[in-house]
Amino acid sequence: MQIESDCVLKFLEVVAARIKEQRDYLTELDAAIGDADHGVNLDRGFSAVMSKLPTLTGRDIGSILRTVGTTLVSTVGGASGPLYGTAFIRAGAAAADRFQLDPYEFVVVLEAALRGIETRGKATRGEKTMLDAIAPFVETLKAGVEANEDPLIALRKAVAACEEGMRATIPMLATKGRASYLGERSIGHQDPGATSAYLMARAMLDVVEERNAE
Amino acid sequence: MKKLINAPENIVREALAGMAAAHPDLLRVHVDPDYIARADAPVRGKVALVSGGGSGHEPLHGGFVGDGMLDAACPGAIFTSPVPDQMLAAARAVHGDAGILFIVKNYTGDVMNFELAAELAAAEGIPVASVVTNDDVAVRDSLYTAGRRGVGVTVLVEKIAGAAARAGADLATCQRIAEKVNAQGRSMGMALTSCTVPHVGRPTFDLPDDQMEIGIGIHGEPGRTRQQLASAAAIAELLARPILEDLPFQRGDQVLAFVNGMGGTPLIELYVMYHELSKILAGEGITISRSLVGNYITSLEMAGCSFTLLKLDEELTRLWDAPVLTPALRWGI
Repeated sequence: MQIESDCVLKFLEVVAARIKEQRDYLTELDAAIGDADHGVNLDRGFSAVMSKLPTLTGRDIGSILRTVGTTLVSTVGGASGPLYGTAFIRAGAAAADRFQLDPYEFVVVLEAALRGIETRGKATRGEKTMLDAIAPFVETLKAGVEANEDPLIALRKAVAACEEGMRATIPMLATKGRASYLGERSIGHQDPGATSAYLMARAMLDVVEERNAE
Repeated sequence: MKKLINAPENIVREALAGMAAAHPDLLRVHVDPDYIARADAPVRGKVALVSGGGSGHEPLHGGFVGDGMLDAACPGAIFTSPVPDQMLAAARAVHGDAGILFIVKNYTGDVMNFELAAELAAAEGIPVASVVTNDDVAVRDSLYTAGRRGVGVTVLVEKIAGAAARAGADLATCQRIAEKVNAQGRSMGMALTSCTVPHVGRPTFDLPDDQMEIGIGIHGEPGRTRQQLASAAAIAELLARPILEDLPFQRGDQVLAFVNGMGGTPLIELYVMYHELSKILAGEGITISRSLVGNYITSLEMAGCSFTLLKLDEELTRLWDAPVLTPALRWGI
């Protein structure tokens, strides 16, 4: 499994399309514990990313991811703008000048994104945030790759862990972001950030599987 | 949804165009990145105050741009914090070589975006200090949470720190005064109805006719408790007591009493609430020496109100009384 520049571009296209599809669902999740704008904001950001995509064809993975990050920071707003923005910018720095990533390098890039979100959000796992989906995703993939598992199988397991992490936010008490203002009333709702993170992980798997089938 | 809009995606830009047309003497609007700056910015040698946040809280913050208050405001999408590009562009536009004070409400998104903007401004050699308002006693404050929300006190910080900047205070002094206002102010709000976010098209939460939300936020985030609708007097108790206990406010204190409407409550009801608040304070031996009643930090068309009390001293009273000329707050000029 090699991740190439055009695979990253395809991933972005799929993410943008899925976010658009799931816009109202994400917003609905956010209305329960936040301020009803998560889907709308991400859709605005990824629509802006889509408009920049033609200028990114043929560029290295680092440049592509950095552009995505700065575009998200500049257009999304809220907490998800700086969080996803920082993730893509850090991932871009880790993939600087690379046109292709092997599974080990892919893990390094994802870890950089994860650290970026942790640092920007001053959050850790268990606080009912996107980290609860992203951290198990990255950690499971890393464990699989380090154990020399077939990379595609490792990615499938990672996405399953991501989905499980997303569902695990339902019973959690929020202590970060606007949901924290609800205290106990945040319990029982799936976190919208964890949900959008899962959408992205799932898109990654679908794109890689499709490439593999070709 | 019944609203006076053309299309939800255009509402902020069209409102900005309307503000520019209505107040050409006071402010100028810049689009992409969006910000509102006072018409005569930059004012040389004066600390510039920049605030911002999601739209939907009008007149906050754009309505407070002008002489004696904010130099610029950055409106985000409805209920969504603005992005660093906006704050950076606003900072460049209003920087009068005395530095910039960012006034930020304590919401994760606002804090992160203003933090990024402060880093970018500092990299350009623009000195930036920040104050984060967190006056909402409805939210439990602890090391393990994002902390309290910034609500009504934000208006008072903008006015009072704005007066200090106008009087020639330096950046550190403006920041100290802003922090003092935040430290001495407490708020709590409630809702009778939900608001409807234009791009969502239906009420953010369902609230039966006989129920109310206590401890509401300004983004339609549900409050901490829902209870049976009560009289104005009983609601005033529910809002005032947690505020009084929190600082705590004490017998002999002089306060600024601020009764704020959430956008959908008529002024007659806000005055009823002010009357109830003044009786409670009189009973506690607390003197209201300054007051503010009206819709200043709203939540679209949500019905409801919030109380803010600010403990006053000579310095804060003098700065509150200083002249101000903005679309939404003006006296003495």
